[in-house]
Amino acid sequence: MTIRMTAYWKKYILRHWQLYLIVAVPVAFLITFNYVPLVGIQLAFKEFNPIQGIWGSPWVGGKQFTMFFESPFFWPVIKNTLLLSVYSLLVSTPAAILLALALNEVKNQRFKKVVQMFTYAPYFISTVVLVGMINIILSPTIGIYGQLTELLGVADSIDILGDPKAFSSLYVWSGVWQETGYGAIIYLAALSGVNPELYEAAKIDGASRVQKMVHIDLPTIRPTIIILLIMSIGGLLSVGFEKVFLLQNMLNLSTSEVISTYVYKIGLVHMNYSFAVAVGLFNSIIGFILIFSANLLARRFSESSLF
Amino acid sequence: MRSHTLIKETTGDRIMMAVIYTVLTVVLIAVAYPLIYIVSSSFSSSSAVMSGRVWLFPVEPTLYGYKAVFQYPQIWSGYLNSIIYTGLASVISVTLTVMMAYPISHTTFVGRKILVWALLFAMLFSGGLIPFYLVVRSLHMLDTIWAMVLPGALSVFSVIVAKTFFQTTIPGDLYEAAQLDGCSDGRFLVSVVVPLSKPVLAVLFLWAAVGQWNSYFNALIFLNGEEKYPLQLVLREILVLNSVTTTSMSLSAEQLKQFEDMKNLLKYSVIVIASLPILMLYPFIQKYFVKGVMVGSIKA
Repeated sequence: MTIRMTAYWKKYILRHWQLYLIVAVPVAFLITFNYVPLVGIQLAFKEFNPIQGIWGSPWVGGKQFTMFFESPFFWPVIKNTLLLSVYSLLVSTPAAILLALALNEVKNQRFKKVVQMFTYAPYFISTVVLVGMINIILSPTIGIYGQLTELLGVADSIDILGDPKAFSSLYVWSGVWQETGYGAIIYLAALSGVNPELYEAAKIDGASRVQKMVHIDLPTIRPTIIILLIMSIGGLLSVGFEKVFLLQNMLNLSTSEVISTYVYKIGLVHMNYSFAVAVGLFNSIIGFILIFSANLLARRFSESSLF
Repeated sequence: MRSHTLIKETTGDRIMMAVIYTVLTVVLIAVAYPLIYIVSSSFSSSSAVMSGRVWLFPVEPTLYGYKAVFQYPQIWSGYLNSIIYTGLASVISVTLTVMMAYPISHTTFVGRKILVWALLFAMLFSGGLIPFYLVVRSLHMLDTIWAMVLPGALSVFSVIVAKTFFQTTIPGDLYEAAQLDGCSDGRFLVSVVVPLSKPVLAVLFLWAAVGQWNSYFNALIFLNGEEKYPLQLVLREILVLNSVTTTSMSLSAEQLKQFEDMKNLLKYSVIVIASLPILMLYPFIQKYFVKGVMVGSIKA
């Protein structure tokens, strides 16, 4: 059996050698930028010394991890990261689903097109521009926010941009503004696959619009919701660097420091490679466990799973 | 016509429709207003913007903000760099994606399983920032254009989308017929698969281009020289770090006021200028991104 298999493989590879030549190029990229970095993970258990390099630096065991767990930054950073991702998940997923359900009911095609055109648009604005807009609009002195509070006669309006308490909302709701329209696309696509006869049947049975949404639309998009949720749960500890970093300032640092920005500062600003690798590795492992557990749960309690 | 009256909308349904249209109109305004405000401000005079007189339409219309952009050389060098990085990165990315996706789209391909798992693992687990940085550094790519276009060129998600597309749209019979006629795999890819896959290639190209145009992280960690900065990093200095530099050392009070005016308006006009390329591509983006998201949503 094995001999026959190997013979078949040999024949296949010889016959299709061009395919292997083609795939070799991207595989080289995959190895270089995704797998070679795994070698650097050993730094988490070493004390990096630039002269001795990755391989030559002395082993120190779990010292870096103990340092991280005992550091005064450990709980704040974990808490901030989890708060931002859970808050964002709880708000943005329902927002996208509701937008899709609402758009699905709209019969006026022109209105639907206009709403879609405008709600997708912010997704393509860069993070730098988004944060720039936030800074302009919410500035207490020059922005619309400042003008509004002045008009309303609020004596000393809070500076949203520098308030640690406002940071998570600022992050989440600017994300809702930017991504809800785009997030709705995938649910709309799933909804377009509903058999029209189902709606007809529901109509004849006297179902109201809300009943149709609950009993036809929601079950249709349920697998999509589950798969997207699994993916987001895997990313709970990896709040994106780009937006948080730009929204950060000295005033709101107590709530805006997340794992990715912390790793960046420790590793690339303060050049403490080993400690930063340990923090990053901790992050990767938790993310890996989270996505597998979420997938397992989804497989057990529903028929949809990611893999 | 009894059945007709039966299917007629109830009052409850009509109220529901009214609610839906109202909510969507509010959403539309909430999303569009900040965009309109920025564009209108960019065409207004500095004093009108600063004193909060701009609400919807430009006040005291002027092109002063756009003149300021022309006087700011960093923006133009950033623009040029971004165009180069974006063009190169998208071509490399699409090429690599096709080269990866096509062989593994054959169910008979020996080694397919290993490659798919290797891709999935790479998507789910990474060494983190520092090991990635150290690899790029050891390849002597720091502060070069290659650090901008190579490290992120292979996107696993794009590969999955392309693979799904090849599997569902390139007929297996066509491949077998070509094989019988002595057409090699490479030739089949170039002269049959690629021309048949133009829609998905457009999606991949737009994805890579928009991603590269909008990102700043790799530039932040890999580039030192300001002359190599892409537009987004220049924008970061103007919009986020609030640092606009002037070349002339000594300014009179008059010039200083002018400089302040320019600095304020620059923020609005530079947002418009930086988003212009994407705005021009927007009709295509809208058409193809939606298609791509749908192909991607068919489970890999």
